[in-house]
Amino acid sequence: MTAIAPSTTPQVPPSDTATSTTPPRTRRVTRLRWSVALAVGVLAFFALAAIAPGLLATHAPTALDLTSSLRPPGVDHWFGTDESGRDLYSRVVFGTRESLSIGLGAAAVSLGLALVLGSLAALAGRFVSGSVNRLVEILFAFPTLLFALLLVAILGPSATTQIIAVGVGSAPGYARIVRGQILAARQSGYVEAATALGHPRGLILRQHIIPNAVRPLVAIFTLCVGQSIVWASSLSFLGLGVAPPSSEWGALLDAGRSYVTHAPWLIVIPGLVIVVLALAATTIGKDIQARLESGDE
Amino acid sequence: MTTTALNPAAQTDEASRPPTRLRVTNLRVGFAKGGHERRVVHGLSFELAAGECVAIVGESGSGKSVSARTLVGLTGAGATVEADELSLDDEDLRGFTDRDWRRVRGSKVGFVLQDALVSLDPLRPVGKEIGEALRLHGWGDRASRRAKVLELLDSVGVPSAANRARQRPDELSGGLRQRALIASALALDPGVVVADEPTTALDVTVQAQVLDLLEETKRRGKAIILISHDLSVVARLADRILVMQGGHIVEDGPAQQVLTAPRHEYTRSLIAAVPGTHTRGRLLGSQVPPVVSVPPRPATPEAEYAGPLLEATDLVKRFRSPDGSVHTAVDQVSFTLERGETLGVVGESGSGKSTTARIALALTEADGGSVRLLGQEWTSLPERRRRRLRREISVVYQDPLSSFDPRWDVQRILEDAISSTDLPSRAARRERVAELLALVGLTPAVLGRSPLTLSGGQRQRVAIARALAPWPSVVVLDEAVSSLDVSMQAQILDLLVTLQAELGLSYLFISHDLGVISHLADRVLVMKDGVVVERGTVDDIFARPQHDYTRELIGALHPLNTTPTTEG
Repeated sequence: MTAIAPSTTPQVPPSDTATSTTPPRTRRVTRLRWSVALAVGVLAFFALAAIAPGLLATHAPTALDLTSSLRPPGVDHWFGTDESGRDLYSRVVFGTRESLSIGLGAAAVSLGLALVLGSLAALAGRFVSGSVNRLVEILFAFPTLLFALLLVAILGPSATTQIIAVGVGSAPGYARIVRGQILAARQSGYVEAATALGHPRGLILRQHIIPNAVRPLVAIFTLCVGQSIVWASSLSFLGLGVAPPSSEWGALLDAGRSYVTHAPWLIVIPGLVIVVLALAATTIGKDIQARLESGDE
Repeated sequence: MTTTALNPAAQTDEASRPPTRLRVTNLRVGFAKGGHERRVVHGLSFELAAGECVAIVGESGSGKSVSARTLVGLTGAGATVEADELSLDDEDLRGFTDRDWRRVRGSKVGFVLQDALVSLDPLRPVGKEIGEALRLHGWGDRASRRAKVLELLDSVGVPSAANRARQRPDELSGGLRQRALIASALALDPGVVVADEPTTALDVTVQAQVLDLLEETKRRGKAIILISHDLSVVARLADRILVMQGGHIVEDGPAQQVLTAPRHEYTRSLIAAVPGTHTRGRLLGSQVPPVVSVPPRPATPEAEYAGPLLEATDLVKRFRSPDGSVHTAVDQVSFTLERGETLGVVGESGSGKSTTARIALALTEADGGSVRLLGQEWTSLPERRRRRLRREISVVYQDPLSSFDPRWDVQRILEDAISSTDLPSRAARRERVAELLALVGLTPAVLGRSPLTLSGGQRQRVAIARALAPWPSVVVLDEAVSSLDVSMQAQILDLLVTLQAELGLSYLFISHDLGVISHLADRVLVMKDGVVVERGTVDDIFARPQHDYTRELIGALHPLNTTPTTEG
């Protein structure tokens, strides 16, 4: 039930169900939950690490010190050291830029592709949309990782390949979401109202359909970044990503694999870092999504 | 004065008074919000005896629904409920825990909600749903429960109950769903039934059936609390009426007295707000809509056109169901609309009236027939060539919120509706927005607000302002006042009537509500199953209905809609 005020007066009477008439001032007050605050903190840390790793690192990432190889985490080396005595914490910090760029890049590729495919599937003529739909369905049938492996096999391992492989691999799922959003917006009351006003199709597309379809993608993008980092690391771990001297997190995992019994921290810590970053990105993505759905901007 | 429909049971002799079921004295309900408590019910008191119906009437936000929910222990989180007395069958309800309420709810007090589609589990056959209520209270064994469910469905007038019990809510019509919901509320034979707007979303004839059912329930000795904003609904059933405003009871008395000789001004305004044949030509609300200087419409050939504005000829629209069968939604419908007149299209849901409106708006392509707008080709043109004429016909929907882009504020919504070829400068467009707001009685304060934060009435005013932005000749009003409560509906109807007079608008007014149609239509089309069964002037239709269906519709109207019971 909608509460109704005498419409010329600004005050709002108490509503029967207290749902829809909360005045705008109180709507703006949004609780900052501790999990979101924590996620923002984590992302800020990694952002700084990506921009200026020197500020956060305690050692040079490539400084060899064979006298202190394979040290467990401690006061001198927070995350321990690897077989050549390199400080793992500093390597993680210096690897952030590459890991994040691969994550962001893959997410951008994925959503960009999804936007194109999704729009075509929703808006193009019957032949084109039908073909795109079939293509998306076929791509969808491949597991993301398998598809990414295929692309790496064709293009050869490198950071760029990783971005493309992960991006293309995860695009079909997002293309489906984009298509659904556009179809929903196209059948909405406001699009019909705009048609009734005599607005041309192109304007309606620009003004209503695209913005309303894209809006939820802001949240999806952050979710996608987290996921892409995980996929990219999996590729590196399989030795199909960035070459070993780099301290990209997946590569760290790969390098630590041989010492899993002697120095488990070499594989546990980079793994945890990936999980923490992905979690943080997902938490923020969900928060943005919740805010958008509740109508707040 | 007509009192025939008012319940004679109101004069029950005090000596033979049946047992009192529910006693409420000075009930107060508040919600804690942001540290301080906001009280929404201030001192509600009444007694309810077996076989009696007490109605609580008021507009949205008056606290009537909160009161109803409190009486079944569903006030909600963060609510504080206080009362000097609150007892059901002499059992004190104050300090009841959730567990206590679960024991009482269903068995001693049943609850019927407004919308059966939302209140019934969509994935469960209705028979199971009703059986669940029995099972939870440990009633009988499986076989006897099944028999009881069928008996219940049968008793609320659900035909071939055995088949219906196996269907899910979405497979049932609105009326059958509401009956199923009532059956589930009556399942454990509670002494008291709380019905919160039980007929609001229903068609007139279905509404009459549900009211008959509730009346029958009352005759069988149930005590009913009826919550409604619609006095014509309440008048059929209530023995006693409490009028609520802003959480206070402003009037309380026997139904007949409240309806025919209301003492409080608010009650009088509620009664006066009920539209009907007797209200034609006068305003429903007490406050006169502001008369604003009407901005002149730019002179165009269209503005001068004197012929029929809309001419629909033999419109046909078919829909193919998922199972392949073809359903004719609109069948050979023809009509004309002259300048300055209101053509009412009345019918129940599924009668094809909204589809007809959409065809007239050229938002749905007809399968046959065509509509001419201002004497020019209209529905037969491709959309590209229609755009030029679109400004001449605009639309206001039942649910304004969904017709606004959720990202936009009122300013943007209205500015968008103003053609930049009419008013090339931004300043001129802003001025026009201010003009439109004044026209529909809104203050500029709403400009920066999202429609989400506006009340239902304000939203509908924004929708009307948008419809008027391009200086249209025809406005299609598709159930435009149907989701508003009586007071707000009265205000919007008054606004529409005033605007029509000031701007010389023509309305194609689609509604299921005969009271509204009889209040403002000049001519009426009565539609049933896609066919126009009767047409004529409003006097012909309401004074001399020819078709059985029209008679049935009018018979379902309450005297409040046709005869003045009081002069406010």
